[in-house]
Amino acid sequence: MSLATEPERRQTPPDAPEPGPSGVGTNLVRIGVSLVVPVLALVGLWWSGTVLLDKDANRAVVVAAALVIGVLGVFGLYWGMDWLINKLPERMRARVRPFAFVGPAIVILALFLLYPTINTILLSFQDARGEMWIGFDNYVNLFSRDDTLIALRNSLGWVIVVPLFSVVIGLGFAMLSDRLGRKSEALSKTFIFMPMAISFVGASIVWRFIYNFRPEGFGEQIGLLNGFWTAIGNEPVAWLLQEPWNNFYLMMILVWLQTGFAMVILSAAIKSVPEEIVEAARIDGATEFKVFTRVVIPSIMSTIVVVATTVIITVWKVFDIVFVMTGGRFGTSVVAEKMVTEFFTFRNSGVGAALAVVLLVAVIPLMIANVKRFREQEETR
Amino acid sequence: MTATTAPTQVSDRPSFWARLTDRWLVKLVILLIVIVWVIPTIGVLISSFRPAGLVNANGWWTVFTDFANNRWTFENYSTVLASEGFGNAFLNSLAVTIPSTVIPITIAAFAAYAFAWMEFPGRQWIFVSVVALLVVPLQMALIPLLSIYVDVGLNQTFPAVWLAHTGFGLPLAIYLLRNYIGSLPSSLMESAHIDGATHFEIFTKLVVPLSVPVLASFAIFQFLWVWNDLLVALVFLGGNPDVQVVTLALRDLNGSRGEAWHLLTAGAFITMALPLLVFLTLQRYFVRGLTAGSVKG
Repeated sequence: MSLATEPERRQTPPDAPEPGPSGVGTNLVRIGVSLVVPVLALVGLWWSGTVLLDKDANRAVVVAAALVIGVLGVFGLYWGMDWLINKLPERMRARVRPFAFVGPAIVILALFLLYPTINTILLSFQDARGEMWIGFDNYVNLFSRDDTLIALRNSLGWVIVVPLFSVVIGLGFAMLSDRLGRKSEALSKTFIFMPMAISFVGASIVWRFIYNFRPEGFGEQIGLLNGFWTAIGNEPVAWLLQEPWNNFYLMMILVWLQTGFAMVILSAAIKSVPEEIVEAARIDGATEFKVFTRVVIPSIMSTIVVVATTVIITVWKVFDIVFVMTGGRFGTSVVAEKMVTEFFTFRNSGVGAALAVVLLVAVIPLMIANVKRFREQEETR
Repeated sequence: MTATTAPTQVSDRPSFWARLTDRWLVKLVILLIVIVWVIPTIGVLISSFRPAGLVNANGWWTVFTDFANNRWTFENYSTVLASEGFGNAFLNSLAVTIPSTVIPITIAAFAAYAFAWMEFPGRQWIFVSVVALLVVPLQMALIPLLSIYVDVGLNQTFPAVWLAHTGFGLPLAIYLLRNYIGSLPSSLMESAHIDGATHFEIFTKLVVPLSVPVLASFAIFQFLWVWNDLLVALVFLGGNPDVQVVTLALRDLNGSRGEAWHLLTAGAFITMALPLLVFLTLQRYFVRGLTAGSVKG
């Protein structure tokens, strides 16, 4: 965050309200603007949604209409609010305008994030259909059933293995590519980074193809791994059925996707280590390896922690890969995937919600850290 | 790396040969990692253009050794686009992704401006709540949102997904944009106010043009995120082939034709094409958005 803006220096607009009690009327208009207009917009969206459901309509037309409604609608909302505010008496305008600016954001956050989150917490204390309060039964159930315990165990494995591999490979690659010429460095990084643009589903297909298995006598192996494995004289292996190693094979997909991210961020950090420090260590006779472990790594430690945390959060919520590759069978389920299965396949909203809460509880320390860091930043602004 | 080649007397400069082998070793290791990273995608790309019979008969890597038998076709793509519904799914993905990107950016930009440059009661603690919401896993919202959508008849419609993605994307967007917009020089705002501009005019004519880099970063990040999303699409659009997006189409194809690799590879490439294009052309902005946006819930 930039230090350029200090709150003291911030100019209050000339049409700012006099500090002091604002009238009941003003407050009503504030509430009106920040609530009624967005709600009207939501109703409009709802109406358009049901119109767009028309099955007989041409798909291209429906899509075009959806784009116009979705994109122009939101601009129209703000333009309309501003038009309304300019019709208000002058004294009121400055008081009401901020609420027109933040109102829609607050309404959407409250309706689509805050309310559902609270509701999910409540649901986790209710039965499968959300009709009766059953206390901690869902959590007891969750921590005593074999399949959910396996999911928890696997999730822990994912959270350790994937960040470890992606940070180590990413760091190594960043360090090595730093010694290449400018162009070849950029090119080689692009290749490692590219999987970041691929969806988890797409990546799952890519890797199911690699892990493809045909029993002996059922034709040539078309999966790359078995092709290689049989070429060096082994029997073909059904990789995705090998418990517990199949978990590791699934984790490698996410390592493939996430290493680029770790590499790009860590590479930027390595380049920002002051040249003088590195030179000084070299002059003192340190080998390149020692320069790296004793000088470079300690000075980029905070970035490593940030990257690892970020990857951990992504990994913790991984759902798509397991869902597509094995559907959670063969001892590969994870918490986020289990949550979807519990809710949609078994129609058990209680246990599903409890699993979601497990996902949330684990990130609460991070939430606190974010808020703390933000407050510190604000104090130094 | 240098452990094997570095001379024992560390105070000496490494010899010419040591430096040379060191350089080549670095290049070799880099090349090896790059090959490992690229091969999976290459295999899919090659297989998607091979006739079904060949894809099933031998590994895609034989195209490099067995030139005589190579044949290429677009048929996999035409089959997947037409009869497996990827054509419609591609349109639907656009209809889901573009508004799901534009709506949160617009809403967040207005809110970010207000948080940075307007005075109103509750400004500080509302923003702190936004920061706290940053890491809430979206799984927390799925079950209650679905029952709301079912109640009001919005389930399996595009607006249902737009609004869900807007809600999930807003905390990050507000946070990013507010940091950027708040760091614009205050003298700029002052002189605009003195010239008699309203907040709305300052926002649209001054702040938005100045914020293009951060808007682009978030737009790319959100675009890729929504395009590649399976979970939200599965929950709010799943089960209705009319509105299915590419990730759902690919997942269904995987379920129904799990061993039809000529089709699966073509389908996978259709879902990957647009994000890869966006990525390759706008890599610079993408990196920035990713760096900032990686804590998204």
